[in-house]
Amino acid sequence: MAGSALWFFLLLAAALAGRATALWPWPQYIQTSDLRYPIFPHNFQFQYHVSSAAQPGCSVLDEAFQRYRDLLFGSDFWHRPDPAEKQHTLEINSLVIHVATPGCDQLPSLESAENYTLTINDEQNFLFSETVWGALRGLETFSQLVWRSPEGTFFINKTEIEDFPRFPHRGLLLDTSRHYLPLSSILNTLDVMAYSKFNVFHWHMVDDPSFPYESFTFPELTRKGSYNPATHIYTAQDVKEVIEYARLRGIRVLVEFDTPGHTQSWGPGAPGLLTPCYSGSQPSGTFGPVNPILNSTYEFMSTFFLEVSSVFPDFYLHLGGDEVDFSCWKSNPDIQDFMKKKGFGNDFKKLESFYIQTLLDIVSAYGKGYVVWQEVFDNKVKVRPDTIIQVWREEAPVSYMKELELVTNASFRALLSAPWYLNHITYGPDWEKVYMVEPLAFDGTPEQKALVIGGEACMWGEYVDSTNLVPRLWPRAGAVAERLWSSKLVTNLDFASKRLADFRCELLRRGIQAQPLNVGYCEQEFEET
Amino acid sequence: MEQRGWGLPRLLGLLALLAVQVPRSSASSYMGLWPLPLSVEMSPRLLRLSPENFHIGHDSSSTAGPSCTILQEAFRRYYDYIFGFYKWHRGPAKSHAAPELEQLLVSVVLDSQCNAFPNVSSDESYSLLVKGPVAILKANRVWGVLRGLETFSQLIYQDSYGTFTINESNIVDSPRFPHRGILIDTARHYLPVKTILKTLDAMAFNKFNVLHWHIVDDQSFPYQSITFPQLSNKGSYSLSHVYTPNDVRIVIEYARLRGIRVIPEFDTPGHAQSWGKGQKDLLTPCYHGHTQSGTFGPINPILNTTYSFLSKFFNEISTVFPDHFIHLGGDEVEFQCWESNPDIQKFMQQKGFGTDFKKLEVFYIQKLFNIISTVNKGSIVWQEVFDNNVKLQPGVVVQVWKYGDYAKEQSRVTAEGFPVLLSAPWYLDYISYGQDWVKYYNVEPLDFDGTSKQKTLVIGGEACLWGEYVDATNLTPRLWPRASAVGERLWSRQDVRSSQDAYKRLTVHRCRMVRRGVAAEPLFTGYCNHEDRV
Repeated sequence: MAGSALWFFLLLAAALAGRATALWPWPQYIQTSDLRYPIFPHNFQFQYHVSSAAQPGCSVLDEAFQRYRDLLFGSDFWHRPDPAEKQHTLEINSLVIHVATPGCDQLPSLESAENYTLTINDEQNFLFSETVWGALRGLETFSQLVWRSPEGTFFINKTEIEDFPRFPHRGLLLDTSRHYLPLSSILNTLDVMAYSKFNVFHWHMVDDPSFPYESFTFPELTRKGSYNPATHIYTAQDVKEVIEYARLRGIRVLVEFDTPGHTQSWGPGAPGLLTPCYSGSQPSGTFGPVNPILNSTYEFMSTFFLEVSSVFPDFYLHLGGDEVDFSCWKSNPDIQDFMKKKGFGNDFKKLESFYIQTLLDIVSAYGKGYVVWQEVFDNKVKVRPDTIIQVWREEAPVSYMKELELVTNASFRALLSAPWYLNHITYGPDWEKVYMVEPLAFDGTPEQKALVIGGEACMWGEYVDSTNLVPRLWPRAGAVAERLWSSKLVTNLDFASKRLADFRCELLRRGIQAQPLNVGYCEQEFEET
Repeated sequence: MEQRGWGLPRLLGLLALLAVQVPRSSASSYMGLWPLPLSVEMSPRLLRLSPENFHIGHDSSSTAGPSCTILQEAFRRYYDYIFGFYKWHRGPAKSHAAPELEQLLVSVVLDSQCNAFPNVSSDESYSLLVKGPVAILKANRVWGVLRGLETFSQLIYQDSYGTFTINESNIVDSPRFPHRGILIDTARHYLPVKTILKTLDAMAFNKFNVLHWHIVDDQSFPYQSITFPQLSNKGSYSLSHVYTPNDVRIVIEYARLRGIRVIPEFDTPGHAQSWGKGQKDLLTPCYHGHTQSGTFGPINPILNTTYSFLSKFFNEISTVFPDHFIHLGGDEVEFQCWESNPDIQKFMQQKGFGTDFKKLEVFYIQKLFNIISTVNKGSIVWQEVFDNNVKLQPGVVVQVWKYGDYAKEQSRVTAEGFPVLLSAPWYLDYISYGQDWVKYYNVEPLDFDGTSKQKTLVIGGEACLWGEYVDATNLTPRLWPRASAVGERLWSRQDVRSSQDAYKRLTVHRCRMVRRGVAAEPLFTGYCNHEDRV
């Protein structure tokens, strides 16, 4: 089988590479040898190739050079080494970067090319990429190839890598509503996402428990809906900072404003938005999903999503649409009347569809694309053909593989999350289960498979805040990262265990509080501050 | 902040409202108590404290004074816990109707034990009378003072104006069980000393009083022995993954200052792979047919050199660790290697053990017990030692850890008259999704068949955080507040069982731990006001 031949090649390469086994995620093609070149920090530099489309002044790469320099060598001042130390004739004193197309000031998108080639040999030390985003991926790989001898000398082995992602959408979801996450936690997560080549930060910004997003059109939403309007909010400045921080790392920010369910926190700041629930013939004082029968609801949504569309530059918005509870709608006499008028009978899914369709029209008019949770598809809401459906339910109504089959059979693009709910924890090395998921293992034509644009690891926040986010997320999310980046054939657990353990130690070295995979140690352990 | 604009009448009106709602407002401070004291009487009368004036000091009647380090350090610590991490609002002090609490005076009644180490019979009881202008904390020994200071600090909260407030209260408290432990495992993963100290802090917040230090195991030997330095030189993960004698001293003193005992565990004869690297011939060579396989099994129980080694080793341990008890392990001894070894087979014949390797294990443990008695220490062992019918000396403590039918095991052990420590339901390294603390909380340690005399033999329990998947990166959020559930079970009265009430108090307590710099994970959706501290 061709697959296993390639596999042996990969394994052999790894065995030869020594320190190259620390690579995570594993590149598509790699060849390395025992031949190593020393790197001396005092004179090492990243350089733009003269004919590169990106040149000094390119914010994305200038900053990346600085970052990777610090990650590689720390911020210490490095002395010129003794001549005696420099017995090697060939040393690496630069990495030359050549980017083919300009675009330093743009934002990454679903279509961004991330491929790169990295060549380290006697003649050249060269990173070539189509785009700056590919250069970022290549710089990360380069940083993972450099190792340090016990005597303290840095080395890199002769290496040839040609790399590109298997899926274009490799996301991670954080939930800032169940628990507020300080900005530093979000930025820190973006750092580690870049280390593991994730490229989408799915920001599940608001939900029932709290509304931390500070809207300038509806400031009452945060004032009344956040946990604490002085401290537990994201200001416009915070949001800008997250988006720019992500951009500099080649990461898109996909924001989610989930409606019509999961919206309890919207209620206090937007009177009339939520459906009043009834107990018999009297309002019970509680509220249900967004009220879909009022014009004012859609006026509100128009204004709100106009703001959101301009604040979040990504082409896509996530509109939620999951888990709408019908009991409150059922109890409300006005809604009952409306259902009759519209001829919906008792089918509240039709009412849900009515709401979602109206909302989707609003958002489309702003020139945005959208992602929705699978219920929108399951409930047969008429959506635009370019809608992305996120599959999150493991078993019901159908298994997630079946759901992928159905979604792609209907020609929609799909994102997989169901097996990657990392908030669910169990004893032991549960990353293995996460790792062994094959996203395309469903019945379908090649065209259908091509519609799976990737997946997302989800860290829902019921039991997670800044106290435990990092160790719960890393290195477990790394398993998803490799599944979405590397070749389908990279599935050997022993090989992955070793590399992931090394990657985790590298994360500790970089100051990330990533938890252990099993017994053992890292040269540099995490220290409480 | 917004309140600043409020007029005085409205302010007073609100205060009046607060006063009317006293059961509620007192509930809010009551809610923060963890573990719940034996008896709490709380009056609706509020006192305010000002950081500039408030002072914790020695009562003139106290047997302890400024030379008592434990108390001096504790006073400073608790002042910081109470005031240090809050923003000091200069609230509308003048308009605040409540009288001021100016002092907490501490009075130790009997010989203070200032310079002693806590032990299993240390008196931790205290009474706390909060009344303006001077509150009195009374205890027989310093250990009770430490527990009382923690309780006092938990009574204080900031009202919505930022004023530090406490209800007049009268609290009488003492623990239900004398041994309330946390087990940490520094062999599967090394834990930096800082992490251990942080754990001791959090233990004190939860009135735990024993650090069970499972210091070595198969995977690594981080304990730096003075007598046998090769053990850690060869057996630790690396030379930076060791506990030097000074590290150990620091841990023990830090624990003492918080009324916490440090019980080291040196588990033998199994779980001892890492000992073999630095101590030749200590472990049993395993055989494959007639030849040595190159692997090693448990400690070799048939050699005299083994016992002379153990004798010297535990002699050192007995001086390094001041606690009366040493944990000797004795769990999960695998017999295959012993079975494979021809010398051991011969020895078995000689001794008339037949093929019952439990008898060989018993033989080993007996000799080890004798060594421990010689150095005047008491022993704690895992339950297998009891299960395998080792003849135990009276007073040997048996730690019950096997989950299946642990109540029966408690019956059996106490029926034989041995003290019991319960851990089986409290393996906190086993994680699952959701609020598993409730499971730990609902355990009743005396829920087994036995006479009341048997029940008194249960001296407490331990929450165990084994280290296979735990190191400094995730220890704190994995341990807290889940271990807090065990903390209350072991401290508070048997009838303090409502998990709804516990949830409310534990939520407040968790936020307090976060405020004090302990990254305790959330119980559920919600927030704390000072979460940016960690």
